[in-house]
Amino acid sequence: MLEAAWLICAFPLAGFAVLLALGRRLGEPRAGWVATLAMAGSFVSSVAVFFSLMGRDPAERRFVVTLFEWVPAGDFSVDAGLLVDPLSVTMALFVTGVGALIHLYAIGYMHGDGDFSKFFVYLNLFAFSMLVLVLGDSLALTFLGWEGVGVCSYLLISFWFTDEANATAGKKAFITNRVGDWGFMLAMFWAFGALGSVRYLDLFGQAGSLSSTTATAIVILLFLGAAGKSAQLPLYIWLPDAMAGPTPVSALIHAATMVTAGVYLMVRVNPLIAAADAWAPGVIAWVGVATALFAAGAAMAQNDIKKVLAYSTISQLGYMMLAVGTGAYVAAIFHMVTHAFFKALLFLGSGSVIHALDGDQDMRRYGALRAAMPVTAVTFIVGWLAIAGVPPFAGFWSKDEILAYAWDSSPALWLVGIVTAVLTAFYMSRLVFMTFYGEARHGTDAHPHEPSRLMTAPLVVLAGAAVVAGGLNLPFTKDLHFMGAWLEPSLFGNEAHLSLGGGAQWLLALVSMAGAAIGIAGAVAVYLQHRLPASRVELPAAARAFYVDEAWTRFVGGPGRRAFEGVAAFDANVVDGAVDGVGRSVRAGGAWARRVQTGFVRSYALLTAAGAVALLLWFLARTSF
Amino acid sequence: MDLAGLSTGWYLALAVALFAIGGLGLLVRRNPLVMFMCVELMLNAVNVAFVALGAGLNDVGGQVAVFFVLVVAATEVVIGLALVVAINRRRSGATADDVSLLKG
Repeated sequence: MLEAAWLICAFPLAGFAVLLALGRRLGEPRAGWVATLAMAGSFVSSVAVFFSLMGRDPAERRFVVTLFEWVPAGDFSVDAGLLVDPLSVTMALFVTGVGALIHLYAIGYMHGDGDFSKFFVYLNLFAFSMLVLVLGDSLALTFLGWEGVGVCSYLLISFWFTDEANATAGKKAFITNRVGDWGFMLAMFWAFGALGSVRYLDLFGQAGSLSSTTATAIVILLFLGAAGKSAQLPLYIWLPDAMAGPTPVSALIHAATMVTAGVYLMVRVNPLIAAADAWAPGVIAWVGVATALFAAGAAMAQNDIKKVLAYSTISQLGYMMLAVGTGAYVAAIFHMVTHAFFKALLFLGSGSVIHALDGDQDMRRYGALRAAMPVTAVTFIVGWLAIAGVPPFAGFWSKDEILAYAWDSSPALWLVGIVTAVLTAFYMSRLVFMTFYGEARHGTDAHPHEPSRLMTAPLVVLAGAAVVAGGLNLPFTKDLHFMGAWLEPSLFGNEAHLSLGGGAQWLLALVSMAGAAIGIAGAVAVYLQHRLPASRVELPAAARAFYVDEAWTRFVGGPGRRAFEGVAAFDANVVDGAVDGVGRSVRAGGAWARRVQTGFVRSYALLTAAGAVALLLWFLARTSF
Repeated sequence: MDLAGLSTGWYLALAVALFAIGGLGLLVRRNPLVMFMCVELMLNAVNVAFVALGAGLNDVGGQVAVFFVLVVAATEVVIGLALVVAINRRRSGATADDVSLLKG
């Protein structure tokens, strides 16, 4: 069955091809069903591969399926191969699983859209690219998927491109990601230069022979790429704007799957991180935790429901990077999975709300929607409790594991993490209270209603997952640490070992429960009981995301632009000048030399005679008499 | 090593004189026919030198070379006179300097 791993990628690719050719003819809703079935087929294949991998001995749970030779170039060759190991299969499972649910939801959400079939063309292409990214057996193939998801992200953010703002948001996402891609490419070239291969297994086998400086450089450059894709400081700026896309896109690409690609990449290259200097993981951890705190702060004051969720996604990605930086790779993947469930749930829930209120995204015009849309409300509340870190919901377990490792690495990291947790509980509670509780603030012409079954069914499934996903990796005993044991073959023993005793872990867990309680209680006081005006907690600076966007604009528009123009001038004058100069001097030389050709036979004769005399003199001079 | 009572040096002096006259004529005259005659003069100056040296050094190769020069000169005249006739048909009385279309 492992050899058939290519089926996981083949289903969405086939769906893409069919929809590309016949999408318009199939029309609504059949095009959506084709895409959803393709995802379901991919999910079933992933499950089959998962079970056959489970059936193997843990030491042999690493399998490369070589499909064909992709880039044969002298002694450099890249095969298109799939690396099937616990890490990639875990990713494939939740990408296809959550992806299938969101495809299903989108059939309802995109109802009546003029470009209904085109939307599913893009969605299937995205799923294919994402699966190439996670299953690729080399940095080059991962990069192919990496760029593929970037293109799909661009296409889907600016899906309603007739609105200038949406098109601009798409461009912003694409260009910001290019900055990160530059780091990824340099890292790939460097790795090839140092080790002569970009295949993961070759890299990992020889990681120990790298000098620590080289390994550090590769890791930091890869992290630059990961920071672009996974929206870390300072490259996060594209993600809040990416909410311009349709809500299923926000749920699938900008919350559950694509943005986790950076975290996946960093977990994937864990042997390189182990070979790097000690400060490299420190940088990753601190950037992660700073992003988490920063984005949580910004989420406190957003009024657009999707912007709150976008900043919350950035914040949770920060947690995952914190986990990577502290060596808690299992916790990073664990949180990625639980986050995929509850954040997809929250986004789809917000989509239902937006749908019910005719596209209004401003929470100030929501309120008291609980009665009108009970299924959405209940599932959304499950998602809220999960992300706020309330036990026994999924988010509590994964976040707690990350915080335990953070404490183990440095209490300062833990402190920032726990403050972020309090803020998270606060802003998510704010969102829920403003949307589902309080008094109705929407206009009288709006008639909020529960969406169709097609849209509520994925909500229910995801809510179920958000409740139980914590069971994937319970901390109580080693036997219950399922995910830790499962991922072991992919981590090559690089997973950090928690030195905390059981008592200390309980204490930390109690502190984070208290943090969640404080955050929720604060939101209750402000948004339900109105003991404090909301303007006291919604700082204008936070609403503008602490002016990072403005800083970028000023930097890129000012010194950045001058620097680019300087480079462009250098290119136009020096580089092009050298090339043009060669051509120009040859032309000038020719123009001068052709004056010798007068067309007068007698002058040719004179020159010939002069030449003959010169030759004669030369021979005479050489001959010694 | 004399030829008809004169030393080789005299023959060579004659060859040089003929060659110089031919070359000078080629450079100063503009009538294509006269220029041809000058070229012939130069070629035959060389022939004289060949024959004189062949006899003087007692080497038959000198006389053999003369035959080659004669053949080349004959073909050259054939082509050259054909060109002269062709040019004169279009532009009668054209000098060599009038035909300078190939100038750079």
